[in-house]
Amino acid sequence: MFDEPLKLVLGLVTGIIFGVLLQKGQVAKFQKLMGQFLLKDFTVVKSMATAIAVGTIGVHALVALGLAEIHIQTASLARVIVGGVLFGTGLAIFGLCPGTSVAACGEGRRDAMIGVLGMFVGAGVYVAAFPALQPMIKAMADYGKVTLPQLTGTSPWLWVGGLVALIIIALAIIERIHPKQPDTKL
Amino acid sequence: MTLPRTSFAFVFAALSLGFPQLASAADFGVNATDYDGAAWSPYLVGAGIGVLSWLTFYFADKPIGASSFYATIAGFIGKFVSRRHTESLKYYQTNPPAVDHGFVFVICTILGGFIAAWTGGEIRNEWLHPMWVDRFGDSIALRAVIGFVGGVLMAFGARLAGGCTSGHGISGTLQLSAGSWLAVIFMFIGGIAAAMLLYTSL
Repeated sequence: MFDEPLKLVLGLVTGIIFGVLLQKGQVAKFQKLMGQFLLKDFTVVKSMATAIAVGTIGVHALVALGLAEIHIQTASLARVIVGGVLFGTGLAIFGLCPGTSVAACGEGRRDAMIGVLGMFVGAGVYVAAFPALQPMIKAMADYGKVTLPQLTGTSPWLWVGGLVALIIIALAIIERIHPKQPDTKL
Repeated sequence: MTLPRTSFAFVFAALSLGFPQLASAADFGVNATDYDGAAWSPYLVGAGIGVLSWLTFYFADKPIGASSFYATIAGFIGKFVSRRHTESLKYYQTNPPAVDHGFVFVICTILGGFIAAWTGGEIRNEWLHPMWVDRFGDSIALRAVIGFVGGVLMAFGARLAGGCTSGHGISGTLQLSAGSWLAVIFMFIGGIAAAMLLYTSL
């Protein structure tokens, strides 16, 4: 029922910092997320790509030193394709994602609170429909819990290096085309 | 075990302090502190989230994620209504609803959002956004219904896919998970298509 206290304290500290970062970075804002999907404002991609670049270096270092393990989800095509498209569609309709909507609740946004209620229902519907969804999930290939280095039989560091380089180049280009964004009304 | 743990804490601290400087030294033409008035640079925020992922892997041996929280809450509500039925559900047999690290993390994200908004004078007890009003008018009922429906669809999709913007989009991709890279591509395809349909005049 309860995790060990250290993990709960970690959740407390990192959760507060996460909320502060999302709100201060303006990614917990409706117009920033919609601006990203409409390809007019790249704040979301800038922060996500930086998080991936910084995160991948440290996490792979921890894994290499035996201080952490890889924890990933299965690459079931039905799950990630159907689930991904439904998720993106719902996100565009609601305007916030599961993490940013709770930060927006902290900002006092009433519509974010309603969306969070909707998410409790949506998650409950999924749980109830879980057995009925199995035929659809099993109809498509499932590659299991596999990483790109495992799939290609290459070193993870090759991918980490390549990904970080790619992100730096992509962000430099994006920053040139879409520099510091004013808080646009769109 | 103590020595690598302590030395790692130092490396974490040094890098987390150093990265924003590196990011602005690399100069994307951005100064971290003067981004959008009170707001912080997306590079600073992204680097901070990256460091949070290190800490979460190191101390909890878990990735950061938000969407499983919603299934956990649904489970608590279910247990309150019908304990036996809820416990018989297959999803909750493998993922029993619990007050775990991820649960506290999401609850505290609300608090973090509040602290940031309050200190920045950005508390907005509002229903509508200017962009929404321009497109769909100023009906609060309409915004509430659409927001609710979007939330239902999004959480269903997140549980089916096995993660959300944080679980797949950041934690999965940084672990180089094949499924997460596919998921995030299809999340953006769905999001861009739906947003263009909703907000672009044909």
